[in-house]
Amino acid sequence: MTQTIALSASTDALLRLLVFPGLLFAVPCAWFLVWLERKAVARMQQRIGPPFMQPFYDFVKLMSKAWPRREELSGAIMSFWPLLAVASAAGAVGLLPVLPNSGGFAGDLILLLALLEMPSMCLVAAGFSSRSVFAEIGSVREAILSVSYNVVFLLALVSIAASQHSFRIEALAQSSASPLRWLGVAAILVCLPGKLHLNPFSLSNAEQEIYAGPLTEYMGPELALWELAHGLEWVAATGLVATLVVPHFGPAWLPPLLFVAAIAIIVLLLAFVAAATARLAIDTSVRFYSRCALVFAAIALVSALWIGGKL
Amino acid sequence: MNFFRRLVCTARRRSPWLFHMNSGSCNGCDIELIASLSPRYDAEQLGVQLQGSPRHADILCVSGPVTRNAAGAIETVYKQVPCPKAVIAIGSCPATTNVFIDSPTLDGPLDRHIPVDVFVPGCPPRPDAIIRGIAQAAAIVAERRRTAEGSGCTTEVEA
Repeated sequence: MTQTIALSASTDALLRLLVFPGLLFAVPCAWFLVWLERKAVARMQQRIGPPFMQPFYDFVKLMSKAWPRREELSGAIMSFWPLLAVASAAGAVGLLPVLPNSGGFAGDLILLLALLEMPSMCLVAAGFSSRSVFAEIGSVREAILSVSYNVVFLLALVSIAASQHSFRIEALAQSSASPLRWLGVAAILVCLPGKLHLNPFSLSNAEQEIYAGPLTEYMGPELALWELAHGLEWVAATGLVATLVVPHFGPAWLPPLLFVAAIAIIVLLLAFVAAATARLAIDTSVRFYSRCALVFAAIALVSALWIGGKL
Repeated sequence: MNFFRRLVCTARRRSPWLFHMNSGSCNGCDIELIASLSPRYDAEQLGVQLQGSPRHADILCVSGPVTRNAAGAIETVYKQVPCPKAVIAIGSCPATTNVFIDSPTLDGPLDRHIPVDVFVPGCPPRPDAIIRGIAQAAAIVAERRRTAEGSGCTTEVEA
């Protein structure tokens, strides 16, 4: 009996990772989001922008390019990072409760946060293992930026979870929204441009300025995997916000549709910010996020005292 | 197999990523190349993206008459572009060295150093002409094999 339950649980987990909302759903969704972002930026610059299938064509083309041949161990390590990034980003998407009553376990929010952070850490490691000067500069910038936005990001999520007394994503998705939750969502939204390397926090992969940042030495199929990991990061990060914002109600087919609509709106918002701003320098970015943490912490403290005083 | 071959051809034709290299150009052609990506001409409709690293590119766009300093760099960058790849010579300078012909500081034209697939003449060429050249180069890349024997297409990596 317990074996059957364990087996069904593991099949369930595998289905979530590989089919829905994991790879089979998340990969087209990632391509759609990447296209939407490029198209939205193009429309805001009064251009027509790339065709709908563009991210798919980019992926197929990169997959069909020449394999880099690197014999030594450092080459094998270099090829390992994009695989790890794709796997962890896909795992993060697989944990999102897109369907109502989709299970999950106590503390899966912590696992989601760790998986969300993995692609960025892989990027830092990849930049250093490729031994290019430009990649190393990009990696250092990415590491510093990641430390600074994660203070805001993690505090926001911890405060949301603590206010609902649960570290389970499903429970957070189903509980009713409180003022503190909206504050937390706002703080997470501020962190997303940093997490997704968008303007004004695009300094880690600052194109032209430091060639291509940490990915300067990557090419062909490995680069395709990096692009895929970045797309999946889009789905996971915007999906986390969508989970916290969109309530679960109505028939079973409605929440996935609402989920996709919500992430599309968040992507449009991010694209608007990206098109309207220029790249900030590293000290300005770090200062921005440290001030952000202060402001949000102050508002949260005041609101907690106010609500606590009223009760 | 045939289906995959056609899919790859379509993908390569519709996703040309460029790396732009200045080999002593007066900046005129560089400005026109950027203009072809600007709102008026919008080459991104064809999937064109200007990449920061030659490792990410399919098409190498070279402007300028190839000065002695740039000659070695051009060969290095050409080897860094992964196969299949194509080269566009933008402007009259890389094609003929233009008005700088017989200058002692030059080691041009471009096809003395690397094989050129598309010449876009003009001083500078119009953005429309550059976009047409990119489209032709993308069609050439689409038909090329990944490991073309005889064409001398090699990609070098360090480490």
